[in-house]
Amino acid sequence: MARYIAKRLVLLIIIIIFVSIATFFLVHLLPGNPATTILGPNSTPQNVATVNKQLGLNKPLWQQYFIWIGHVFQGNLGQSFTTHQTTTSIIAQSFPIDLELIIFSQIIAFAIAFPMAMAAAKRPNRLFDQASNSTTFAMLALPPFVIAPVLVLIFAVHLHVFPGPASYVPITQDFWSNIHTMLLPSIVLALGSIVVYFRLLRNDLISTLQEDFITMARSKGLTDRRIMWRHALRPSSISLLASAGVTIGSLIAGTFIVELLLQMPGLGYQLISSVNQDDYTVVQGITLFVAVAIVLINFIFDFLFTIVDPRIARE
Amino acid sequence: MSSVITDDLAEIKEEVAADAAADRTTKKKLGVFFWVCASFIVIVALLATFASLLPLPNPNLGNYSSVQNGGPSWSHLLGTDDLYRDILSRLIYGARVSLVVGFGGALIGLVLGGVPAMISAYRRGRVDTVLNTTSYVFLAFPAIVAVIAIVSFWGHTLWKITLIIGIFAAPLIFRVVRASTLSYATRDFVLAAKALGASDTRILTREILPNIMPTVVSFGLIAVATIIVLEGSLAFLGLSVQPPTPSWGNMLNEGSSLLTGAKGQTNPWLVIFPATAMFLLLFCLNVVADKLRAYFDVTEIKL
Amino acid sequence: MSGRRLLEVEDLNVTFATSRGDLRAVQGVSLTLDQGKTLGIVGESGSGKTVLSRAIMGLLPRASTTQTGSVRYDGTEILNAPNADLRKLWSTHIAMVFQDPMTSLNPVQRIGHQITEPLRIHLDVSKSEAKETALSLLMQVGIPSPVERYDAYPGQLSGGMRQRVMIAIALACAPRLLMADEPTTGLDVTVQAQILDLLGQLQHDRDMAMILVTHDLGVVATRTDEIIVMYAGNVVERAPTNVLFKSMAMPYTEALLESMPRIANPSHTRLTAIEGRPPDLLHPPTGCPFAPRCPYAQDKCRSEKPPLLEATPGHSYACWFPLTAGDRRPDPEPSQTVTA
Ligand SMILES: Nc1ncnc2c1ncn2[C@@H]1O[C@H](COP(=O)(O)OP(=O)(O)OP(=O)(O)O)[C@@H](O)[C@H]1O
Ligand code: SF4
Ligand SMILES: [Mg+2]
Repeated sequence: MARYIAKRLVLLIIIIIFVSIATFFLVHLLPGNPATTILGPNSTPQNVATVNKQLGLNKPLWQQYFIWIGHVFQGNLGQSFTTHQTTTSIIAQSFPIDLELIIFSQIIAFAIAFPMAMAAAKRPNRLFDQASNSTTFAMLALPPFVIAPVLVLIFAVHLHVFPGPASYVPITQDFWSNIHTMLLPSIVLALGSIVVYFRLLRNDLISTLQEDFITMARSKGLTDRRIMWRHALRPSSISLLASAGVTIGSLIAGTFIVELLLQMPGLGYQLISSVNQDDYTVVQGITLFVAVAIVLINFIFDFLFTIVDPRIARE
Repeated sequence: MSSVITDDLAEIKEEVAADAAADRTTKKKLGVFFWVCASFIVIVALLATFASLLPLPNPNLGNYSSVQNGGPSWSHLLGTDDLYRDILSRLIYGARVSLVVGFGGALIGLVLGGVPAMISAYRRGRVDTVLNTTSYVFLAFPAIVAVIAIVSFWGHTLWKITLIIGIFAAPLIFRVVRASTLSYATRDFVLAAKALGASDTRILTREILPNIMPTVVSFGLIAVATIIVLEGSLAFLGLSVQPPTPSWGNMLNEGSSLLTGAKGQTNPWLVIFPATAMFLLLFCLNVVADKLRAYFDVTEIKL
Repeated sequence: MSGRRLLEVEDLNVTFATSRGDLRAVQGVSLTLDQGKTLGIVGESGSGKTVLSRAIMGLLPRASTTQTGSVRYDGTEILNAPNADLRKLWSTHIAMVFQDPMTSLNPVQRIGHQITEPLRIHLDVSKSEAKETALSLLMQVGIPSPVERYDAYPGQLSGGMRQRVMIAIALACAPRLLMADEPTTGLDVTVQAQILDLLGQLQHDRDMAMILVTHDLGVVATRTDEIIVMYAGNVVERAPTNVLFKSMAMPYTEALLESMPRIANPSHTRLTAIEGRPPDLLHPPTGCPFAPRCPYAQDKCRSEKPPLLEATPGHSYACWFPLTAGDRRPDPEPSQTVTA
C-alpha cells in the first residue's frame, strides 16, 4: 500500500512538472514578440518591461521557466492587463462557483445514478433495466453544449421554472436564490454524470451479483437491501472510480459551457473572457490552476481506490 | 521442415477463421438499426462534401429580402437566423467542420497513437515502458483544458484545431491499440509466423493488424464521436473556427445568445436544429460503434 | 435428542430455463436426514450436487428456475418459500460452506466483519460480544493468531485458511444443519483431511446434522452415516454407508470407487477416470443415463430407464443389472475404446 502510494506520488510530481512546463511554453505559441502580443493595445513600454520581468523573456528559456515557476510558488500568477486584477484574485473569486456547481451536480448525479443502477441490476434485462439502459445510451449523444441550450430554452425561457442567463446570485448574498440559479446548470452537469455512473455501475453490479460471495451473503440470511449496499456496491465501484479522470474532464468542459451560457462568473467564464480580450497572462494562470487541480483530484481518486478495494494496492 | 510449420500455420488460421465464421453465421447480425444509423452518417457526409453543388443559398450571406429569425417556411426549410441566413444551408456547411475535425482528428490520433502502439506492444522492452508511462502522463489531465489553452494562444484555423485534437486523442488510442495488440502478440499464429522467419513488418501488417482491426474501427468511431463533442464544446465557447464560417457548435452558441433577446429577437430554431443535428450524428456514431463491437465480439477495453 | 427428523426431501426437481432449452439439473430426488447425522452426496462433476444442495437451501435464483416437489425442514415446507421466511432459517438453522473458498468470501471486507455480520443480524448481540464469539470461532476452526486475522482481508489468507473462515462464518449462529458443498475442493491433500476432520469434530460437539457433498467416495466412506450417489441429476444409489461399501449395486458407484483419487491424482483434480462423459442434460437419453459408459449395459438399459427401487431396507438403486445379483449379471461387453 505504502509503495503503491509512493509510486503514484512520483508520477504525480512528474505530471505536475510536465504540466507547468507545457503551460509556460504556451506563451511561445503566440506569433511575434510575446511581450507585445500579450499586452496588445496595452503595450506601453512600462508594461512591456513588467511582462519581460515576469517572464524573464530576455534570459535563456530554462531560466525563464525557473523565474516563472518561482513566481508561481509565491502565488504570483501575473496580472490582468485590462483590469489590473491579479490572476490569483480572479481565481479566488471565480473558483468557488465552479466548486459549487461540481459539488451540487455530483450530489444530484449520485443520488439518481446509484439507486437507478441498483434497481436495474437487480432485475437485469427486465423492463426498467432495458428502459434505463436505452435512455442513457441515447443520452450519451447529448453533451452539455447540446442539452444546456435546449433546457434553458424549455425551462428558463418558456416555462420560467428557472432563472435565465445573467441572474447569478453569490451564495454569500442570498442562499436560496443562489441555489435557485445553480439548479439548472447543476442539472445539466448532473445529466452527463448520471449517464456515465449509471452505465458503469449497472454493468459492474450485474457481474458482481453473480459472484459466489453474493450467494454466500444471501445464505447468511441478509436482506437484499443489505446485500446490495454492503456487499455488492463496493466491489462494483472500481470502474466508476477509474473513470473519474475522464469524468472530471467532461465535467470541467461542462462547467465552462454552462457558465458561458448562463453568464456565471466562474473560472470558465473568466477564462473565455480573458481569451476574447487577449489577456494571455490570465489565460495562462487559469490553465495552470485548472490543470493542476485536475491532476490532484485524479491523484486523490487513485488513493480512494486503495481504500475502496484493498485488492488494488496489493497487485 | 518449414512445410510442417506452414501446414500448422495454415491449419491454425483455418480454425480461427472457421470459428469466427461459425460465430457470425449462427447468431450475429448487425441489424436494421445499424444500417439506418450508418446511412445517416454517410448521407450527412455526402451532403457536407457536395454542399456547393446543392441548390442552397450562401451560408455566410444573409438574404435581406427574407424574414429575420424566421421559422421554417417553404423558402427556408429550417428558417433563418438573426443575420437573415438560411439555417439549413448553414447546418449542411457546418457539418463539414464536425466531420473534418472528427474524422481528421481520429486519423491523426491513429497515426500518432496507433502505429507506435502496435510496434511498442509487439517489441516490448524499454521503449514500450517509456511510451506507456508517457501515455498515462498525457491522460492524467483532460484534453479540453489543454486544447482550450493551446487554441487560444495558437489560433483557431480548422487545420490547427484538427491537429491539436488529434494529438490529444493519440494517448487514448495508443492505450487501446496497445492493449489489443498485446493480446495477439503472443498467440500461436503470430509465433508460428515468427518461427517461419517472417519480418516484423509483415507480422504486424498481415497477422496482427487484421485481428485488431475490429477493435480499432469500433473504438475509432467512439473517438470520432468524442472529438466531435470536443470540437463542439470549443465552438460553443467561441474557440473553434470563427464566424461567419458555420459549425454546429457556433450555431448553438449564436442561438443561445439569442434565447433571451428582446421580443422578435429570439430564435428557438437556431437552438433546436443544430442540437438535433448534433444529437443524431453522435447517436448514430455511437450505435454503429456499439453494434460493430457486439458483432465482432470486441470486449470493452478497460483503460 | 438424536434421531429427530430434521430434513425431508421428496421428489425434488430443478429445471433451469436456458437459452438452449430446459436443463433438468435435479430429477426426482428424495432424501431424509436426522439430527446429528451425516449424509454424503457423491457424484461426478456436473451431476447436480451443488444445484441439489442450493435447492434444498432455497438459494437458487427464482427467475430462471422451476423447482417442484417438497423440502421440509423440521416439519415445515420450505421449497419455494418466500425469501423473507428463508432468511429466518439461513445462518441460524441451516448454513452452508461453499465449494470455492477463493471466490466465496467478499474480497473487500475484513474477515472479522464477515464473521460477525450474521451474529449481529440474527442474534442481537453487541459489537464486542460478536467480536469475542468471532475470535473464539476462528480459534475453533484452527486459525493461528486469530486477533491478527480478524482484521485481514481474504486476499491475505491462503486457500485453506479461507475455507476455515468460511466454516467459521457458517457455524457462527450455531446452525442445526450444515451443508458442506465440496468444502475441500482446490485444497491440498493434507489440508483437505484437516478440514474434514475439523468439520466432523465440530459436528459432533454441536450435535449438528450435516450434508457433505463431494465427488470423492473415499472422503465420505469414513465420515457419513448414509450416502446418496448422483448421476446426471438422478439419485442412482442410496444406502447406509456400511451397506453401500459392503454390497454396492450400481456399476456407476463401482466406477466412482475405482476412480478414487490416488496420490498421483489428488482429489482436487476433477474426476476424469470414468471413461466417456456424462449425458447432456438438455437432451437426456431415454434409457439408463449411465448406459453409454456402463460396461454392463444391455439393450434394455438403452431403451428403458431403471427406476430407483428399494432392494433391501434402506438400500435403493436404479439399475437393471445390479452388481449384487452376481449370477444375473452379464459379462462385461468387450472393452470399450475411448472416443475422444
Ligand atoms: N444457473 C444455472 N443455469 C443453468 N444450468 C445450470 C445452472 N447451475 C448449474 N447448472 C447445470 O446443472 C448441472 C449440475 O451442476 P452442479 O453445479 O450442481 O454440478 P456439481 O455436481 O456440483 O459439479 P461440481 O463437482 O463440478 O461442483 C450442470 O450441468 C450445470 O451446467
Ligand atoms: S441400468 Fe444398465 S446401463 Fe444402467 S447402470 Fe445398470 S447395467 Fe449399467
Ligand atoms: Mg458443485
